Amino acid sequence: MAEAVAVGADRESLGGRLRDIGFWADWAAVIGLVALVIVFGLASPSFLTLGNIQAMLVSAAILIVLAVGQTFVIATSGIDLSIASIMTFGAVVLGLLYAAGWPILLACLVGVVAAGLAGVINGTLVAKGRIPDFVVTLGMFSAASGAALILSDGKPTQVVDGFLLALASGSVGPFGYFIVVAAVVVVVAHVALFHTRFGVHVLATGGNAEGARAMGIRTGRVRLAVYLISGVLAGVGAILLVSRVGAAEPAINTTYLLNAIAAVVLGGVSLQGGRGNILGPVVGALLLTALTNGLTLLGISQYYQPLAVGVVVVMAALLMRYQR
Amino acid sequence: MSEPILELRGINKSFGAVHVLHDVDFTVRAGEVTALVGDNGAGKSTLVKCIAGIHPTDSGEVLFDGRQVSIHGPKDAADLGIEVVYQDLALCDNLDIVQNMFLGRERGKAGVLDEADMEQAARRTLASLSVRTVKSVRTPVAALSGGQRQTVAIAKAVLWDSKVVLLDEPTAALGVAQTRQVLDLVRRLAEQGLGVVLISHNMNDVFEVADRIACLYLGRMAAELPTKDVSHSQVVELITAGRSGDLGIARPDMAAV
Repeated sequence: MAEAVAVGADRESLGGRLRDIGFWADWAAVIGLVALVIVFGLASPSFLTLGNIQAMLVSAAILIVLAVGQTFVIATSGIDLSIASIMTFGAVVLGLLYAAGWPILLACLVGVVAAGLAGVINGTLVAKGRIPDFVVTLGMFSAASGAALILSDGKPTQVVDGFLLALASGSVGPFGYFIVVAAVVVVVAHVALFHTRFGVHVLATGGNAEGARAMGIRTGRVRLAVYLISGVLAGVGAILLVSRVGAAEPAINTTYLLNAIAAVVLGGVSLQGGRGNILGPVVGALLLTALTNGLTLLGISQYYQPLAVGVVVVMAALLMRYQR
Repeated sequence: MSEPILELRGINKSFGAVHVLHDVDFTVRAGEVTALVGDNGAGKSTLVKCIAGIHPTDSGEVLFDGRQVSIHGPKDAADLGIEVVYQDLALCDNLDIVQNMFLGRERGKAGVLDEADMEQAARRTLASLSVRTVKSVRTPVAALSGGQRQTVAIAKAVLWDSKVVLLDEPTAALGVAQTRQVLDLVRRLAEQGLGVVLISHNMNDVFEVADRIACLYLGRMAAELPTKDVSHSQVVELITAGRSGDLGIARPDMAAV
């Protein structure tokens, strides 16, 4: 008993010494976001206007939805490199079905289902085929963008529809529908990860897959489920993307992929798995959006944006090492 | 002497060409600690994993409470009331004590967790085992000492009205005081009427807490005896040679193959 107390006391004082840096690491994304808002707010008068904040939130919505999907996969110690390609694929399916005269809601639904199926293929190969996540989703990254190019013959499809226009431009109070969609996804994901049996199994799979299996958790099913979630959310992202652009383009959205992973890392989710968190990646996504938006407002060439994103992500990762 | 709660008869298990368990008989009695000893590779862990349902057996029968049962997976074993505390893969570091204790069998409706209920049950179980070193049941397991982790792993095993608890080297990585705690806990489990199986390499631990000793030698059960009938050196001989005087495997030439 005495030993246990001594161990506790030792940890306390160690914690005290690390408190400063540990605090910064835990709150890295939030602090970064606040710092960016202050800097850009001072540098550019239009940054903190209501209109610009709304615009930032809307443009962050797709990234938030993707980052949430990515978080589930990363929490199981996997990674979904195909998330943005699957979004492209879903968008093209949606666009082609709409162009073929399908009702828009049905086209959207099938787009999401198609994206979900791509996720199921990822999950099955990872869980049953025992191929590393990185390899499977790298393959899907290529395959899904290829499928999008083949289906669309490389050409964008116009999607001009009342429903999608309303989705892109309408709002509830000051919050555009995009923000509402993202918020719903975030709340549902948070509840699923922290207040359900499934969420605990996701974290257990990421933390100690062998142990989880010994406790009777079907880790294969958990992995399949997280890739399904990632795929479906990529499908939701596809609806938002088509609605925003007004067309389904077979373009490879690499920026979305990298930013989705970056947002998760910024949010303090360990790439080794087992550590999940939904709000962190959301703040990470907001930070990345604010960064690009602020740089644009300051008239800095967009060529500098990827550089800035890269620097921020690596700095955040350095800071994460001190996470408690 | 109490009734056998778990009885294995003629268990065989091979991995490919390697015959790991040869016609193993093994009995666990309620209210007793049975030590399972044997050299590295004697088949102790394989036997435990067969009982736990992780490895299917090739042949042999398993009786639980006198009834013949078949165990096809960890869930079957858990349903019977057989719990295993594994040496290395017992806990998820990233989860807290409550999450670990209920892992795979969370309480709640429609998949939504009932945290308050689980916290209470976890506290009750720890208290019933007289565990007082753990401050909060919401502490992440990563922040616990080795002894505390083992305590939590064992508490997890008894949370389930379990009847048989198998402990795979619970004191392997512990200091003196922590080993003391865990051995006391093992004894208390038996006093509560559970059938306890203790796998250990440490003869002092075995002679201190075990009522019976079962010794595996190269995949065969060399001897199964009350602790009071054997000496340290006899057990060591059984472990290293498979026999000691008139105890153990009669034909060493067979066993040596």
